[in-house]
Amino acid sequence: MRDTFVKTLLEIAKKDKNVYIVTGDLGFGVLKPFWTELPEQIINAGIAEQNMTSVAAGLALEGKTVFTYSIGNFPTFRCIEQIRNDCAYHDANVKVVCVGGGFVYGSLGMSHHATEDLAVMRALPNVTVVAPGDKVEAVEATKAVYEKQGTCYLRLGRGGEKVIHENGIENFEIGKAIKVKDGKKVAIFSTGGILDEVDEAVKSLESEGITPSVYSFHTVKPIDKETILSVSENFDTIVTIEEHNLSGGFGSAVAEVLAEKDGKKAKLTRIALDDKYSCIVGSQKYLRNAYSINAQEIVKRVKENW
Amino acid sequence: MTSIELAWLIRRHGIEMTHLSHGSHIASILSVADIVAVLYNDVAKIFPDDPKNPERDRIVLSKGHAGASIYAALAEKGFFPIEELKTHYADGSRLSGHVSHKGVPGVEFSTGSLGHGICVAEGMALAGKIDKKDYHVFVICGDGECDEGSVWECALFANHFGLNNFTVIVDHNKMQSLDYCDNTLALSPFAEKWKSFGWNVYDIDGHNHDELRNAMKSAKNSAVKPSVIIANTVKGKGVSFMENDILWHYRFPHEGEEYDGALADLEKVRPATVKSPYGR
Repeated sequence: MRDTFVKTLLEIAKKDKNVYIVTGDLGFGVLKPFWTELPEQIINAGIAEQNMTSVAAGLALEGKTVFTYSIGNFPTFRCIEQIRNDCAYHDANVKVVCVGGGFVYGSLGMSHHATEDLAVMRALPNVTVVAPGDKVEAVEATKAVYEKQGTCYLRLGRGGEKVIHENGIENFEIGKAIKVKDGKKVAIFSTGGILDEVDEAVKSLESEGITPSVYSFHTVKPIDKETILSVSENFDTIVTIEEHNLSGGFGSAVAEVLAEKDGKKAKLTRIALDDKYSCIVGSQKYLRNAYSINAQEIVKRVKENW
Repeated sequence: MTSIELAWLIRRHGIEMTHLSHGSHIASILSVADIVAVLYNDVAKIFPDDPKNPERDRIVLSKGHAGASIYAALAEKGFFPIEELKTHYADGSRLSGHVSHKGVPGVEFSTGSLGHGICVAEGMALAGKIDKKDYHVFVICGDGECDEGSVWECALFANHFGLNNFTVIVDHNKMQSLDYCDNTLALSPFAEKWKSFGWNVYDIDGHNHDELRNAMKSAKNSAVKPSVIIANTVKGKGVSFMENDILWHYRFPHEGEEYDGALADLEKVRPATVKSPYGR
């Protein structure tokens, strides 16, 4: 997903000389194509994320479109006040890019697990929060945040993700979930790279004749109320899944919409990290399994409500 | 208008604005008044009738708590009506305690959390270099603000990228919120710190307008490096009982002897060519 992002942004930046990447000294190898082709449009701000973010705001206020780039929590938590005050409050055209949402950097330890970022970024007014589900969505999301005026957060996986949208995406629109699969009774709402676990779960369920519907919510903010409300009318259960903490993230955003809905509504069940920091050493896949944010858990929740 | 006249008016407005609003930070407003006056009056390219003119020099107040000084300078330079200064802190006003750009002509950037404005201003300077623009970026910081790590991130970055169009002016009044800076997190030797980061350093009397003007103009013409002007000031400058007294970081001049005493002290140094906008 990160290579897809860099490749997509490189094409954009070739056409728009006002597009810049400011990296917090990360992206070894990954940013190389950009560095090689457009060395004038990439700046290494060093290991100094507060300054990186404020510099991005300053550049943006002078007319640039600036992508700050780092991994895990470094582009967000370390400089959250700079994002709030300097970027979002000033409507600065800064796109905060995180490579490694969730447990992507699993074995590196809890410092590198981005498991509260959606909640924190979602809490900021004037910030669009985007977490594409696969590489195809990542291409469209990169284009979309470039075109969207103002401050955005783009949460990416790392690499090697499965392509889910094999036939491409017709209409990618920020704030509009993509229906991946038609189904009945149970609808699965997914955000970010965990979509591959959903895909695996659904294949397994279908072999047993269980056919839930699947939606990829590449945008967490603004949340797609229309889809949530309409699905809630027509399905018995909504299962949300995110590689993120339970508090305040995507599932919470869905819950907020449902809580204010009158009348008939679907039951909600959320799959997420159960308010913990991971202290287990292991790969992304290993940690997903250890914390039950995986295909098996999806299968279980769907079956419980089938 | 001379810078001396403007500085007096900034102090007079500052007393009135904090008195009326029960607002904080009068001592900071008084210490920075000469810096602001010289910058707006004699050095920076400003366009009161066209505040967003692309050729303007960018001025960011990173020590946002001294916002009243900027509002006063802008009003006196004609960016908005002087009468509006009385609304400082008031319900529904445009003029928040910490400086705000929202709807306020002439304010480049909103600050209030320390260590932000300096880095954003540096980004504006970088953009100016990239685009080969002629504008200069001035940012006014506090010395207590230099506790913030981001200030030193900025110091590294601006030197590394050769931002010679970037000048930091530190209102070095030696005091911060609770105590003297050197009793809090010692900044001394302050000039040496900046020199070691590769900056041009001007270590001057921050109440002497000739020294301020010369340093700012020289910094504006820097060939290679970013510049820092360490403007040595007195916190509460101009009101005897406020000078170097930590109480006045937060206390406002109350009705009676505090307000009257402040006005009496200002009256002693009022330029003959200036009348108080408030009658006294």
